[in-house]
Amino acid sequence: MKISLVEYDAGNLPSVERALARQGLETERVATPETIRAAEALILPGVGHFGQLMRTLGTRGLTTPLREAIDHGTPLLGICLGLQALFAESDEAPGDAGLNIFGSRVVALPPTDKLPHMGWNQLRRVRPSVLLEGIPADAYFYFAHTFAALNADDAAVALCDHAAPFVAALERGNLFAVQFHPEKSGEMGARVLANFVAHARAGSRS
Amino acid sequence: MTLARRIIPCLDTDGERVVKGVNFVNLRDAGDPAELAARYNKEGADELVVLDIAASRDHRPTFLETIRRVAAQLAIPLTAGGGVATVDEGRAILRAGADKLTVNTAALKRPELLTELAAEFGSQAVVLAIDAKRVGNRWEAFVRGGHDPTGCDAVAWAKEGASRGAGEILLTSMDRDGTRSGFDLTLTCAVSTAVGVPVIASGGADAPGTFLDVFVDGRADAALAASIFHDSIQGLGELKHFLAGKGVPVRLTS
Repeated sequence: MKISLVEYDAGNLPSVERALARQGLETERVATPETIRAAEALILPGVGHFGQLMRTLGTRGLTTPLREAIDHGTPLLGICLGLQALFAESDEAPGDAGLNIFGSRVVALPPTDKLPHMGWNQLRRVRPSVLLEGIPADAYFYFAHTFAALNADDAAVALCDHAAPFVAALERGNLFAVQFHPEKSGEMGARVLANFVAHARAGSRS
Repeated sequence: MTLARRIIPCLDTDGERVVKGVNFVNLRDAGDPAELAARYNKEGADELVVLDIAASRDHRPTFLETIRRVAAQLAIPLTAGGGVATVDEGRAILRAGADKLTVNTAALKRPELLTELAAEFGSQAVVLAIDAKRVGNRWEAFVRGGHDPTGCDAVAWAKEGASRGAGEILLTSMDRDGTRSGFDLTLTCAVSTAVGVPVIASGGADAPGTFLDVFVDGRADAALAASIFHDSIQGLGELKHFLAGKGVPVRLTS
């Protein structure tokens, strides 16, 4: 199975590509509606600004294909800003619409702790998870963000606490997203990516 | 569940090779950056910083190739910098594989640069590096690799830098750099309590106790060191187990 990485200039594609290549996985970069529609499994990586991401997706005609891919059950993993893009909107860019898979808003974390939330933190599991299967409960993951989703309907599988409790990982059917950076989270992050790929593969065989 | 304090090895390079000096002078060769990066990635470093300390004086495009070689070894975040003065130069560093970039001299000359970089790449990717030296009863920010005084108060500059868009402060005590006499706790605490962004303390690292001090008394969010790691005076795993035993939240990998 080939993993398709959505390209939008600001994303950190090379580090995600390297992390997948270390596991012997083939990747391609996709930046057109056709290639997104044809993808077997998608990763929406994320670094940058919510408004810039949504505008770039819009300009390239990728918003609808992405939404359709999610609706049709194409396995998709959103990373960091790629998680936030699944929501209706964000404090970071008022007025720019997200993919609106989840109806709530991404908010600025309150300045009660140092921001950005930068560094390695642990997760609080709230329900069984595909992505976190086989990962010790006290494992650390690398975060670098100021904005976060405080809830995701019933899809949150793990929360993290910094300034406020927020969604660290969510899953709904074949849709997955993490606020941390698995591609920067050492061995534990590699396992998250492997779990996503294993799930996507199992689905494509059935 | 608490955000872990980070231990960050730093590779000061001449663009191509890792170098180390005392108080920013008498540089000597300390190895290949990619080899050291691979070692620190394996030993449990939380991040890596690679700096081109010659860049402000003598621009070296080979540094971008060094970033590529280092990034290829890492499954942890990479910060790179040295001589970044424009958004385009910052983009080149991030495209080469860095997750964050540091700015120093150019930001002091033109503080708007921080805002421009943050608007383009997000605050989480913009690290303001400050080289601070005690002058009388305060600390002054120095630029151009510690050569030139600016007359600018380091604590005030850290505050301004954070408000202009820097997402992190890399604070180096020039008085302690390379001396292995402990971090400057007063300086670190002054900056860390003045700003709302994370502060990386640098300069003076030695025995594990110096790290404990800078996290507890210095209120640092991360601590950076170079020669004690390069010369294998201090092992990363051993250091983290020591800190964990003292109740400091750290990420243990073994």
